[in-house]
Amino acid sequence: MQLIDKNVIAKKRSGRLTLNNAMKWIFFLCTMVGLIVLVTLIVDTLMDAVGYLNMDFLTNFSSSRVESAGFYGAIIGSLWLMFVTVPVAIFLSVATALYLEEYAPKNKVTDFIKINISNLAGVPSVVFGLLGLAIFVRAMAMGNSVLAAGLTLALMILPVIVVSSQEAIRSVPSTVREASIGMGATKWQTVSRIILPAAIPGIITGIILAISRAIGETAPLVVIGVPTTLLVTPDGFLDSFQAMPMQIYAWIKMPQEEFQYLAAAGIIVLLAILILMNSVAIFIRNKFSRRY
Amino acid sequence: MVNIMEANTITKNAGTAVLEDRAHTGTQESAERKPVFKTNNFNLWYGDNHALQDINLRFNQNEVSAIIGPSGCGKSTFVKALNRMVELVPIVRTEGEILYRDQDIFNRKMTVEELRTKVGMVFQKPNPFPKSIYDNVAYGPRVHGIRKKKILDEVVEKSLRDAAIWDEVKDRLNENAYGLSGGQQQRICIARALATEPDVILMDEPTSALDPISTTKVEDLMHELKKNYSIIVVTHNMQQAARVSDTTAFFYQGYVVEHDDTKVIFENPRDQRTEDYVSGRFG
Repeated sequence: MQLIDKNVIAKKRSGRLTLNNAMKWIFFLCTMVGLIVLVTLIVDTLMDAVGYLNMDFLTNFSSSRVESAGFYGAIIGSLWLMFVTVPVAIFLSVATALYLEEYAPKNKVTDFIKINISNLAGVPSVVFGLLGLAIFVRAMAMGNSVLAAGLTLALMILPVIVVSSQEAIRSVPSTVREASIGMGATKWQTVSRIILPAAIPGIITGIILAISRAIGETAPLVVIGVPTTLLVTPDGFLDSFQAMPMQIYAWIKMPQEEFQYLAAAGIIVLLAILILMNSVAIFIRNKFSRRY
Repeated sequence: MVNIMEANTITKNAGTAVLEDRAHTGTQESAERKPVFKTNNFNLWYGDNHALQDINLRFNQNEVSAIIGPSGCGKSTFVKALNRMVELVPIVRTEGEILYRDQDIFNRKMTVEELRTKVGMVFQKPNPFPKSIYDNVAYGPRVHGIRKKKILDEVVEKSLRDAAIWDEVKDRLNENAYGLSGGQQQRICIARALATEPDVILMDEPTSALDPISTTKVEDLMHELKKNYSIIVVTHNMQQAARVSDTTAFFYQGYVVEHDDTKVIFENPRDQRTEDYVSGRFG
């Protein structure tokens, strides 16, 4: 008895193959949309920036005169900022993710916390700015310092790293966990020697996304009141500072056309520094990935 | 939790469905058959599911003890209870005693880490760490605080030799263990378990994911290892139980139907269900 009609199969075949081919092109076009927009933006910015990207721009402080205005204070300020944000955010989020995945009892409270951490990632950044203003700047009297802004940004990117770290930790096979525990290793030994090394590539992916967001974030800094006309770099974490996105924002607001070009130059520098920081992260990630 | 009962208590016939543990009253009974594990009316629940019921068993030193039974009879659960791995499942509840060398493993005096150091485990699927062969085998000693390179080198070599895989891997100790075949990975896992110098090795269907040749190697290995270790092996392969073990316990629906010398179980079982199972009529 023949249950399957071979003619039907033959008739449907060309349709299946056409769809197969079409899907490939749809996906390709979607990729191109993002790519073209990105390339246009960068090329446009580069064209604006090209005459202004020079050593003076990198070494001068900000100024109301276009000829002498530079990005130095903002670059150094942003690096100070990242110096606070990145370690604090990584430490807090990886520890949180480890607790939630490895230690916390599996119950409704834990589930509730997990869901709300994901929701936290969607809170507008300006809200984190207000939080930072209320707690760090005012209540803890840190003023508009590197520390206050750094901690604010750390809180802002916390959920992103927590969620991606949770994913990475969860993807470590439980058989490997059991092998370690079954040999009399403690939980911490299992976590530090087996789970974390295996989860690091995934965790770093989250860190890269988070840093990219933190370094370009403007709204929380506006709320905290980061100055744009400072002529010194900070000497410590409680000093006031400038930041790249704030400086770019300030220049864009200026009426003279030349400042728009300075802003473009600032954007290019910001992107360059971001790429530099991310390549360090990618280097570390690849180092750990190769172990599989 | 029940306190330690008198050390020498050997519980008799606990329920009607449970036959007396006869494995140690037979003709081979002698002073050298020292017990490593004894269970007294051990019960275990997964939530409401009564998975193990009144288990009274005894496993001897320097023997291979097989646990057989159809799927879902509780044999894996039981062997995981012996090193308390079963507690990783949060809904598990236990009652009764498991004595390891006359010490209650649920007593607070013995930490799980200590128990699992003495009672090693080999799992169903090979589960090496994503590390080099050397680091896999050295993992146990390192976890227990051994740092000296010279000692670690010796432990790694001895363990790999004992697991009959030294010759295959001695030139590539720094390569990732994931690059090995399934059978080799499983022997790496056995070497890894041996490296902590355990007293008892639990094996939970150690050959079910392996090809016949690797299976034979692991079985030969068990035979060798029992000179220095005590082995408790769960298997759903009856030929394997018959080939490698000294005593066999037949589990059925959470009960121990019969526990006796392997020869008796396979040739002259007392219970009809045992006979049906070992002759392949069900399961």
